[in-house]
Amino acid sequence: MHSILLINLTYIVSAVLFILGLKMLSSPATARKGNMLSAVGMLLAVIATLLTKGLHFQWILAGCVFGTVLGVMSARMVAMTAMPEMVALLNGSGGIASLFVGWAVYHEFPNSDILSAVTIYLSVLIGGVTFTGSVVAWAKLSEKISGKPILYGGQKIVNSLLLLVMLIGGVVYCMNPAANYPVFIGIVSLALILGILVVIPIGGADMPVVISLLNSYSGLAACAAGFVIKNNILIVAGSLVGASGLILTAIMCKAMNRSLQNVLFSGFGSVILKAGTGIQGEAKPITAQDTYYILESAQSVVFVPGYGLAVAQAQHVVRELGELLEKNGAEIRYAIHPVAGRMPGHMNVLLAEANVPYDQLVEMDSINPLMETIDVAIVIGANDVVNPAARHDKASPIYGMPIINVDKAKTVIVLKRSMATGFAGVQNELFFYDNTRMLFGDAKQSIQSLVSEFKST
Amino acid sequence: MDSLILVYLFFVLVLSIFLGFELISKVPATLHTPLMSGANAISGITIVGAIISAGTENGTVPTVLGTLAVIFATINVVGGYLVTDRMLGMFKKKAAPAPAK
Repeated sequence: MHSILLINLTYIVSAVLFILGLKMLSSPATARKGNMLSAVGMLLAVIATLLTKGLHFQWILAGCVFGTVLGVMSARMVAMTAMPEMVALLNGSGGIASLFVGWAVYHEFPNSDILSAVTIYLSVLIGGVTFTGSVVAWAKLSEKISGKPILYGGQKIVNSLLLLVMLIGGVVYCMNPAANYPVFIGIVSLALILGILVVIPIGGADMPVVISLLNSYSGLAACAAGFVIKNNILIVAGSLVGASGLILTAIMCKAMNRSLQNVLFSGFGSVILKAGTGIQGEAKPITAQDTYYILESAQSVVFVPGYGLAVAQAQHVVRELGELLEKNGAEIRYAIHPVAGRMPGHMNVLLAEANVPYDQLVEMDSINPLMETIDVAIVIGANDVVNPAARHDKASPIYGMPIINVDKAKTVIVLKRSMATGFAGVQNELFFYDNTRMLFGDAKQSIQSLVSEFKST
Repeated sequence: MDSLILVYLFFVLVLSIFLGFELISKVPATLHTPLMSGANAISGITIVGAIISAGTENGTVPTVLGTLAVIFATINVVGGYLVTDRMLGMFKKKAAPAPAK
């Protein structure tokens, strides 16, 4: 058979496998198989591409081996708590790959026509922004740089000017690609700078949105590269990823009751916002022993984890406590807010790692109607996502954000290091409610002492 | 480039985006992290373009750029699929007797 025909027929099979793989992600029971199908699709696409006539293999092989070693090592070694950083870096490597493909094709066909030049321009632009944006996101997540939004005067003007230059450069380059190599290099550099500038004003707590968006960009970058080499499989696969990232971005924004524009440009959390009115009352501390007495008689317990759980690495002890409570006859559930943690689904992965069965993980919308029947809600390292002010206090910056209504449970135990505010910089009135008790200290140690209370009896 | 080819590629793009929305909106929130890393691995499909650039003898610069692209796309693909598999392997149902520790 003609090799081009064979290659392209194989690409169709790959596309089908990608689609089936994503379809099987709709249930945890089939998801793993789906991921494998998708990987098989990728392998087929690679093998088919290697059949292209006239290829020299030495550099391909070198690149593949080197990339595989790095990929395997990072996938094996990364801790589940560091998954957001890992995904950020993966987004970035997808982006830079597209940039390099666009750049290489420029050298191969310097005299390309205007349409091809536009596709190269887009591939380099999206790829570059994705790369440096992801690196900054990674640095923020791993606290290599401050997670605080970095804002300066005239930021919007600088960014707009940069975009304008980018646009003009694009037009100049596309009109005459061969003669404008310096302009092209300028575009590459600007794309890289732009990626940094658009992510630095975004705060650490908004990272779920940023990662989702960069995920989408990495897909779009693949799409753009697909236009450059006129290859359908890149476009299909890239747009599936682009759509996926966009949906996640929308879910995250909705869960924070903010528009995408607000997340990207407002520098949320950079100023300490004054909460509506002074919060009355006093927080009531509780000891581990008293907490134990409450838990011992509880029929139903809901854990509400937040990023603090990941920081304290408390997922394993939480699962242990959960199992002890279950043995004691209580019904256990883990209620997870869509933006808990630093990326979509972060908490679910951590709890799954600790062997919490996935049928105990419940979403906000399914637990809220049941909240009044819950005996004890234990809040671990979450703050803004359980702040009742979001429901009623119009002056609060988080007003309107959907929350997990832990305050409606009969008793709320909040595990917290201190009375510090959450990311939104708002004091949480939940801590002052009559049915709330504060168990101060490191979350892991606090849970540990609850576990030993249970074991000693 | 023939503008008709561009239109045809665009056609594929639009259809796939709609397909993507349909597929992804059915993924439960529990699996959003593996979804991201898995989708990410799929975006490593750029490796196809990278292989062609790295394997075509067209001078040093494109070969170097192509090889770099192969490296990063491979990291993206291999790292993405493996880490997704590792994560998904941890999601267990309650009925299955989990190894007691």
